[in-house]
Amino acid sequence: MTYLRLFWIHLRLGVLNELQYRTNLGVQLLQSFVGLATSLLGLGIIFSKTDTLAGWLPAELLVVVGVYMIVSGLTQMIVRPSLTRFMEDVRLGTLDFMLTKPVDAQALASMRQVEIWKLIDVFVGVAVLVIAVVQLGATISVEEALLFLLALTCGVVIIYSFLVILATCAFWFVKLDNILNIFQSMYEAGRWPIGIYPPWLRSVLTFIVPVGFAVTVPSEGLTGRSSPALLVGALALAIILPLVARIFWRFGIRHYSGASA
Amino acid sequence: MIDLVHLYRAQFKVTIAEQFQYRGALVIWLLGLMLEPVIYLSVWAAVANSQGGQVDAFTAADFAAYYLIAMMVDHAGFTWIMWEMEYWIRQGNLSALLVRPVHPIHRHIAGNLTFKLLTFFVLLPVVLALALIYRPNFTISPETTAAFIPALILAMALRFAVEWTLASLAFWITRVTAINQLWFVAFLFLSGFAAPIALLPPFAQTLAYWLPFYRMLGFPVDVLLGHLTTQQIVIGLGAQVAWLAVAYALLQFTWARGIRQYSAVGA
Repeated sequence: MTYLRLFWIHLRLGVLNELQYRTNLGVQLLQSFVGLATSLLGLGIIFSKTDTLAGWLPAELLVVVGVYMIVSGLTQMIVRPSLTRFMEDVRLGTLDFMLTKPVDAQALASMRQVEIWKLIDVFVGVAVLVIAVVQLGATISVEEALLFLLALTCGVVIIYSFLVILATCAFWFVKLDNILNIFQSMYEAGRWPIGIYPPWLRSVLTFIVPVGFAVTVPSEGLTGRSSPALLVGALALAIILPLVARIFWRFGIRHYSGASA
Repeated sequence: MIDLVHLYRAQFKVTIAEQFQYRGALVIWLLGLMLEPVIYLSVWAAVANSQGGQVDAFTAADFAAYYLIAMMVDHAGFTWIMWEMEYWIRQGNLSALLVRPVHPIHRHIAGNLTFKLLTFFVLLPVVLALALIYRPNFTISPETTAAFIPALILAMALRFAVEWTLASLAFWITRVTAINQLWFVAFLFLSGFAAPIALLPPFAQTLAYWLPFYRMLGFPVDVLLGHLTTQQIVIGLGAQVAWLAVAYALLQFTWARGIRQYSAVGA
């Protein structure tokens, strides 16, 4: 409950902060538009040459685009800016101020910075998803919708835990500021169903950088190709990975000795 | 001139030392750089397979050849000046570089070339490993290689000049991210990265032909793989030189104006 309230406060702070810089809204609108255009132009070129891509129809790939935007919007709104700030704090030694607060440090480090305009990406993603589902013309049962939401939640949890693990490395490597940017460029691979990649890359995108579980598995759920094994796998990973992240974080924070002190 | 040689040698040593210090960051960077061409190669290979092995004139093996060469050309041409310049200006670090008696561009060129030289030895085994996986089909003749070398050098110079010019917009605009992103998307589709431009719809092909993007990436690749006639190669090289002249003039202009605009934030 305390954490919900804390999150609410940071959300409000984020909104107030962003309202100072209203041009950022324009910048973000442009960026969301460019992101969407990248996906749609890519799909346009490919489907001018073929009818299906590894068994996926255009509307089904649109589902992937929608899920991709929703997941990336959510993580980029809260998790990424907060963790970026956390890594900067480790480098400068200002993390001390955060550690002395009487709440859990990991929770605080994961929600301190909110870039509210990224919400636009989420809205655009939902809109794309709705259009895709309407185009598919398939009737989606309540059960399927729930499974999709479950898979999507698992995906967000997995990506969050993975980012926490990456950011925690800052305790040892200090200057690691571009690691999250690089993750973003790997996440780009999630614009496409990971089934199109050769086996070795598919394994990397499933187990090492878990993009496959975050984007492909929920999309498969909504396009009627979900396999129970993968869904169970996603659920298991969504339970195990946060625990691993937690242990790693505790281990890392014991290693932290302050920089300037 | 002697001074510049000294400068380049010193920068060479500094960059090597820096890159060895942050080996972890270097490897991660490289992974990111290599992943993108592999994504598009995989997509097009999948398209070729769903079309019974061929898209227009391209088989899966042709795509492999195209993207493996493109990966190396992209690696040779890419710069990180858009991020660095924004940081220099925002943090005021540029001041220290400006008081030195040489243009900061030399520092960046030297650092960039050293980085490429160093990372080429990582890139090469990756390309060879990918070649084993994707089985590219290509024939490279001495003539196309002879034409490829100037095309590659001009492509690198052109991309550097254009990206330096765009980066120096940070003198006037504090949020350059949006501009960078627009540039990268235009580059992605018009340079021959997302798809070889022979596969683009006709109007996009015309656009790619007249704009500079294609000359920075797809053109050298097409030259090397023998996709172009001699006449097309000569016209292409001419276009590269013409664009380079334009970009160089713009670079000089924006830099001179930008320096006057610069107010040393944070100093």
